[in-house]
Amino acid sequence: MAWSESWLRWVQMSGGKNDAMNRITIALSKGRIFEQTLPLLAAAGIVPSENPEQSRKLIIGTNRPDVRVVIVRASDVPTYVQYGAADIGIAGRDVLLEHDGEGLYQPLDLKIAACRMCVAVPVGFDYWSSVRPGGRLRIATKYLDTAREHFLAKGVHVDLIKLYGSMELAPLVGLADAIVDLVSSGSTLKANNLVEVEEILKISSRLVVNQAALKLKHAELQPMIEAFQRVVESMSDGEQ
Amino acid sequence: MRWILPESIEDVLPGEAIRLEALRRAILDGFSCHGYEFVIPPMLEFLDSLLTGSGGDLDLRTFKFMDQLSGRSLGVRADMTPQVARVDAHLLNRKGVARLCYCGSVLHTLPSGIFSTREPIQIGAEIYGHEGIEADIEIIRLLADSLQLAGLSASRMDLGHVGIFRALVSSAGVAEPLAQDLFSALQAKDSPRVAELAETLPEDVARALRMLPQLYGGADVLDFASQELRVPGLAGDAIQCALGELKTLAAALDDLPLSFDLADLRGYHYHNGVAFAAYTYGSSSAIARGGRYDKVSEAYGRVRPATGFSMDLREITRLVRAPALPLAIRAPWSADLSLITEVKRLRAMGERVLVALPGHQGTWREAGCDRQLVRKSGVWVIEVLEEA
Repeated sequence: MAWSESWLRWVQMSGGKNDAMNRITIALSKGRIFEQTLPLLAAAGIVPSENPEQSRKLIIGTNRPDVRVVIVRASDVPTYVQYGAADIGIAGRDVLLEHDGEGLYQPLDLKIAACRMCVAVPVGFDYWSSVRPGGRLRIATKYLDTAREHFLAKGVHVDLIKLYGSMELAPLVGLADAIVDLVSSGSTLKANNLVEVEEILKISSRLVVNQAALKLKHAELQPMIEAFQRVVESMSDGEQ
Repeated sequence: MRWILPESIEDVLPGEAIRLEALRRAILDGFSCHGYEFVIPPMLEFLDSLLTGSGGDLDLRTFKFMDQLSGRSLGVRADMTPQVARVDAHLLNRKGVARLCYCGSVLHTLPSGIFSTREPIQIGAEIYGHEGIEADIEIIRLLADSLQLAGLSASRMDLGHVGIFRALVSSAGVAEPLAQDLFSALQAKDSPRVAELAETLPEDVARALRMLPQLYGGADVLDFASQELRVPGLAGDAIQCALGELKTLAAALDDLPLSFDLADLRGYHYHNGVAFAAYTYGSSSAIARGGRYDKVSEAYGRVRPATGFSMDLREITRLVRAPALPLAIRAPWSADLSLITEVKRLRAMGERVLVALPGHQGTWREAGCDRQLVRKSGVWVIEVLEEA
């Protein structure tokens, strides 16, 4: 039998099925983002059936049989959504900037988990005379791309030291001149005798959507996105 | 020593390979019966002819090396479309319409998507020489037919038009790097960023740009867009004209599962009109892309209107869960003429017949046999093969 004919026969036999077509998976991280996402989900008529802090489960059902939540590390949310393992997710702008966001839609600023990405130095360090063009600084940070780009634009050479936590310690023990990190209240900086000298970006959480999912599950996702948008708008109206 | 292949490079083994090849033939047969002529451009070319007229991203994705014969730089093709455009513009020199199709391996220095291979097997079809929307209709239908043939009939066809963004950018005189930043923000439907970037632009253009990320969905998006995307002057006319083309497509193709996305600008540096992509369940990015690229042939010395599409055969084969290939018949080895005649007859009927070489016990299931040819009272008959 000619091969192209066999192909047509196989396709007929397989019958063009596809299950779990319209199921929606939402990727969230535990803690602050999860807590602050609950009102958004509620506005879309979605209530998770468990709290991840207590249940330790990684896949959580909701009141809607077609919607489930997966609990992942904050910095992994874009990866899950990009690969289509989740259809939508909520990720901080800090995470998205490091991830490069290729292949993701980021339609909404949810204005939750707000903070800022800053440069901080030990009290008494003369930051502004070091960041002139041609200067050189040693920076400890988790956010290599953001830090590199920020100092590149100023023409300042930087030696980046990648750390995974307790950034504030690095300048105190002579590992770095300055740090680039997220700051919300500033109390950790103060407790460690550091000062914020420059704000790089305002950070808040963004809705991220898988590109193919938005096309294929438009009917399911669009009402959700619009519900989130209404909550965000009513919150920012309330502030004014 | 472990015989490991480079990252994102893979073998296609029996079972998968035959499915891929069968699909390749089925799709090419389909192209051929629509009158598309098959061409085979070379695996490598001089870099300048390979990259002329295409976007800068192709440059980065092309493997390059030095030609010892000419002393010039060579590149391994990363996309066959410019090659086929060169064939049409420079070699065929036809006055009227030319329909061409092709299939071959291309190489990418970096994988183009997360699950992508660096060696896609690109298969595609192109129409040259017709400016009107009829060519776009034909090519989108051909893509839909090809996907149906492949067994992916539930695919969604997503249409866009790069003319809208182009008109807005040129009417406001937006220069680089702002145009590039706006482009990236629109690609990501990053509304907050678009608003931020558009702040310095004239209000009517800024308003239109802020709306683009929301303009996706069914055909009603087009009516909404024609009312709302009002910009004065030539840009406004260009936008209405683009929307008019999309509406014509919506009407002509309304039996297909269509959707529209006015902020999808992929291929912006290359396309100049209607652009489209196909999506299907099981793949986290588009499985086929295409659109208008009327300007590309200019570099090859002759401006020819052009539209077409291409897809990666490996990806399509992966998505279709067709059953394994039809099983074969085992025949004993013998010089007996009656056996040879019978084997010949079965093969002519389309059966696969394997001749067992003497001295090999082997597992016949593994070789794909489910039946065997045996002689019973002087006649060759087929019986079910029981695995020993």
